Amino acid sequence: MLYQRRELLKAAAVVLPSIIAVGIFVYGFIIWSFRVSVSAWDGILPNFTYVGFKNYIETFQTQRFQTDLWNTLFFTIFFLGLTVTTGLALALLLERSVKGEDVFRTIYLFPMAISFVVTGVAWRWIFNPTVGLNALLQKLGIPVTWGWYTDPSTVGPFHVALIPLIIAASWQFSGYTMAMYLAALRGIPEDVIEASMIDGATYFQRLTLVILPLLKPITLSALIVLGHISLKIFDLVYVMTGKGPAFATDFPGIFMFETTFRGNHYAQGAVISMVMLFLVAVVIVPYLVSVFREGRRA
Amino acid sequence: MRAEYALRQKAAARIALYLVLVVGAVFFLVPVYVLLATSLKSFTEVNIQNMWSLPRTVSLEGFAKALEKLGPNFVNSVLLTVPATILSAFLGSINGYIFAKWRFPGANLLFAFVLFGMFIPYQSILIPLVQFLSRIRLYGTLPGLILTHVVYGIPITTLIFRNYYTEIPGSLIEAAQIDGLGLFRIYRHILLPLSAPAFVVVVIWQMTSIWNEFLFAVTITQNPRVQPITVALQNLAGSQIVEWNVQMAGALLAALPPLLVYLLLGKYFIRGLLAGSVKQ
Repeated sequence: MLYQRRELLKAAAVVLPSIIAVGIFVYGFIIWSFRVSVSAWDGILPNFTYVGFKNYIETFQTQRFQTDLWNTLFFTIFFLGLTVTTGLALALLLERSVKGEDVFRTIYLFPMAISFVVTGVAWRWIFNPTVGLNALLQKLGIPVTWGWYTDPSTVGPFHVALIPLIIAASWQFSGYTMAMYLAALRGIPEDVIEASMIDGATYFQRLTLVILPLLKPITLSALIVLGHISLKIFDLVYVMTGKGPAFATDFPGIFMFETTFRGNHYAQGAVISMVMLFLVAVVIVPYLVSVFREGRRA
Repeated sequence: MRAEYALRQKAAARIALYLVLVVGAVFFLVPVYVLLATSLKSFTEVNIQNMWSLPRTVSLEGFAKALEKLGPNFVNSVLLTVPATILSAFLGSINGYIFAKWRFPGANLLFAFVLFGMFIPYQSILIPLVQFLSRIRLYGTLPGLILTHVVYGIPITTLIFRNYYTEIPGSLIEAAQIDGLGLFRIYRHILLPLSAPAFVVVVIWQMTSIWNEFLFAVTITQNPRVQPITVALQNLAGSQIVEWNVQMAGALLAALPPLLVYLLLGKYFIRGLLAGSVKQ
């Protein structure tokens, strides 16, 4: 038994460097960021004078940050809704023994392999008001002059300029949700489906009464993964639209980057980053706790 | 009569199914068409009237210019991705082995502690990261970026290897222990030779994500000479004169390596993808 214990100590020692690295680079740096967020650091030179939550109050009071939070909310709702429905629909269609399934699957999923920067360049072109979709529609005799991401108008607090971003992001992640659903569908035991067929259920009944309930856990996983991606969205927006007119397409990730590394407002940048972390943690921590609990039971 | 009706209905449903699938495929391929069609036009042919048409004559002018401007950055991306991927895979394998097979007290809790690092918005560590890299004189360098990717890659690589090693029967380890093999020799002689599939998944996952990454790259590398291709492409796209053909050619250049990996090894890419969603 002593031998076992020594081996276990050795095991702990092996992962120690990684634990320390994660401890410093993740947790240590988060604390450090928090420290910056409650400091007077505004300008190139660090200034760690403690100012309390003053920066938080000031940041939340800015028009820009308020817009960012609304944009995050709307973007998350529509991006999640569209991506999950599209992914589920594609998976259900491909499940019906389709010829050339491989080809379709490859096409739907390939956006996931490419950088946001690349897809941002392409989608910016497509929604460019003069050369993109509008030009195509005009050619077809439909004179559209909508500015897409350059349109500053709103419906309530919803900026219409978000629509092209929602489409592009959904394009990039629908295949991913499809892959998750396909894996889940393939995991449903044959006899469950067969039993419902013997009972004479129609496809629609089978879908709503048997398949969809069985897919609930994977839907939750998809929502959590997509949700945390949505809360920290940066690359796609940075490349495709930037902050947009009147911050129409601005997000906390963009604001943080610009205010910190372009404007040298470090304390404000840190505040935004802490709010982003908080939003993601609200989604991720309960999820990790549930995974951890299941892991212990297993 | 009734049977014939049902049969016809079935055929109609089948046609509708394929129609939807094809329309979907066309939608997914629109950006590819745009990239290809525009990149193969000459600068003079890129105008509003021709934007959506195929090039009248195929011109490699866009690619030549893109290669001239982004070629060095392509090399930077290779110099970044290869070592970062190798180091990541190695670290993940060791960690995954320990977390799967040597459950020392508190191992599960520590694993959850590591896993959280996968989900944080990197903005929340960016300011300290820049300060830290400056202090150790790695800010603005490729080694600094490599270090960053290796450290923040620990959660996902550990997760993938841990899931893989958990599947390997414990009896194999116990038998080896009875034969007197210790921790390291079990890893080297038993686990490692069985690890190829997990290495493939992790290598593909890390390779494509590091190649495609933008936030760390744009923050850490300010000097265009050391910038990876994603940052250089963004700079190119942001320049004054809009040479759409060069931009699109540059985008294709940046997309090519991960796209090839996906087309050649898609199965493993998807496995990595699904591992990222934690629950499988």
